[in-house]
Amino acid sequence: MQQTVLEVKNLTKRYNATTTAVDNMSFSMHEGEILGFLGPNGAGKTTTIQMILDIITPTSGTIRIFDKDMVHHREQILNEVNFSSAYVSLPGNLRVWENLYTFARLYDVKNYQKKLAELMQTFEVSELRNRMSASLSSGQATRVHLIKALLNEPKLLFLDEPTASLDPDIADRTRKLLKKIQMEKGLSIFYTTHNMQEVEELCDRAIFINHGKIVTEGTPSELVKKYGLQDLNEVFIEIARKHA
Amino acid sequence: MKWYRIWAMCLRQMYLYPRSIPRILDILFWPITDLLIWGFLTIFLRQFNASVPNILTLFLGALVFWSLIHRAQQAVSIAFLEEVWEKNLLNIFVTPLKVTEFLASSFFLSLIRVGMVGSSVGFFSFLFFRLNMFEFGFLLIPFVINLFLFGWILGVIATSIILRFGQAAQVLAFALTMMLQPFAAVFYPVSVLPPPLQAIAFILPASHVFEGMREVLLRGSVPTDQILWAFGLNIIWGALGVWLFLHMFAAVKVQGRLQKLVDY
Repeated sequence: MQQTVLEVKNLTKRYNATTTAVDNMSFSMHEGEILGFLGPNGAGKTTTIQMILDIITPTSGTIRIFDKDMVHHREQILNEVNFSSAYVSLPGNLRVWENLYTFARLYDVKNYQKKLAELMQTFEVSELRNRMSASLSSGQATRVHLIKALLNEPKLLFLDEPTASLDPDIADRTRKLLKKIQMEKGLSIFYTTHNMQEVEELCDRAIFINHGKIVTEGTPSELVKKYGLQDLNEVFIEIARKHA
Repeated sequence: MKWYRIWAMCLRQMYLYPRSIPRILDILFWPITDLLIWGFLTIFLRQFNASVPNILTLFLGALVFWSLIHRAQQAVSIAFLEEVWEKNLLNIFVTPLKVTEFLASSFFLSLIRVGMVGSSVGFFSFLFFRLNMFEFGFLLIPFVINLFLFGWILGVIATSIILRFGQAAQVLAFALTMMLQPFAAVFYPVSVLPPPLQAIAFILPASHVFEGMREVLLRGSVPTDQILWAFGLNIIWGALGVWLFLHMFAAVKVQGRLQKLVDY
């Protein structure tokens, strides 16, 4: 039986009487699964991720990761989790190796120099080692940030639109690389994107949200079939417009 | 608390020093400029008022001590601001790093930074004015410890206010100690202040430190009561400062503003 790595129950984030970012959301995620968490801008995806990662405090509801709650097991959980986003960069006034060494130390990665050299080679950014992080192109910065996200060998990885700033070639290579790493390590990935082709290629299951609520969920093929449309892109548009 | 995480955050800041001209100036240039201005001014004033003994020692001693508290506060506040400026808060707080470890790293960093400022100011005060702070040896150590503690606490308070009001309040990271300087009896005794200001001075650990320091420098005796007052007040200020920081940090998480701080 597959283990549950993430369980969210009745999660709600209300900022004031009129603004509810996440509304009574419940879902779970299994070990080794790639879960697409989809929805239009402002649907509540980032708020949900930040609540799961303890950056935002929920108004109500429970979050359990590896069957542990964040309040009592924060250190243990965050040692086995990581995060990357196309919209979050590493400090630009540090060199690439300085940034990566800092995070390797924060996660107490053993033999981190060797580990980072391997990851940099895998992501084809070894030559950027001594570059100032501010001087990287967005594609290079995204790949360096993904290395940061993998260096503690997480069991659960949160990726917030990781390929948003990549050209189609690099984006394709990055997706294939992520899939390979996921297969090899049995990694569970919580994946947000606006690229539905990416979801069809990568995700085992997808959850569509809008206005902070789950609208529908299923495998990409189930969702296309359920809505009687051509592909997941059309499903996205249908959901976004119907629930606007 | 895990030492390796505290050290990681210290190193992250220390990587910046060798190539940052503002940081190098902050350690070497500005404190020495202050020292020279005050030193030469004191030499000039000594010609008119010979009745105040050791006026050079008093003023320069106060200046060296003031550098300690000012730099300690700045180091703590700027360590946090650095993460805000570089939009790095989300990155570091999705690691197992605890808020208390983050604060501990900024305290440790301030020890290193103040050590460098203290060494350079001490060296140049001896070079130019023959003032040797070490001749008072261990007598001044309790005062130095209290100054560090109060500098750290002020740094934590400034950071808490930045958490609450965002980057609009970042001027406090540079100016909070300066705002308290008139009440801290740095260059003059508390007794010259009007009574309402004496009441403010009384609740500041720094005023007890500077009163005590003058007694050590002028009479060579250690005023135990001033040391105890400074320690006692530091405990109260410290408890309030840490409570304020943790309260503000929790409030920012409830309001979902931790990542948004960078946009303010």
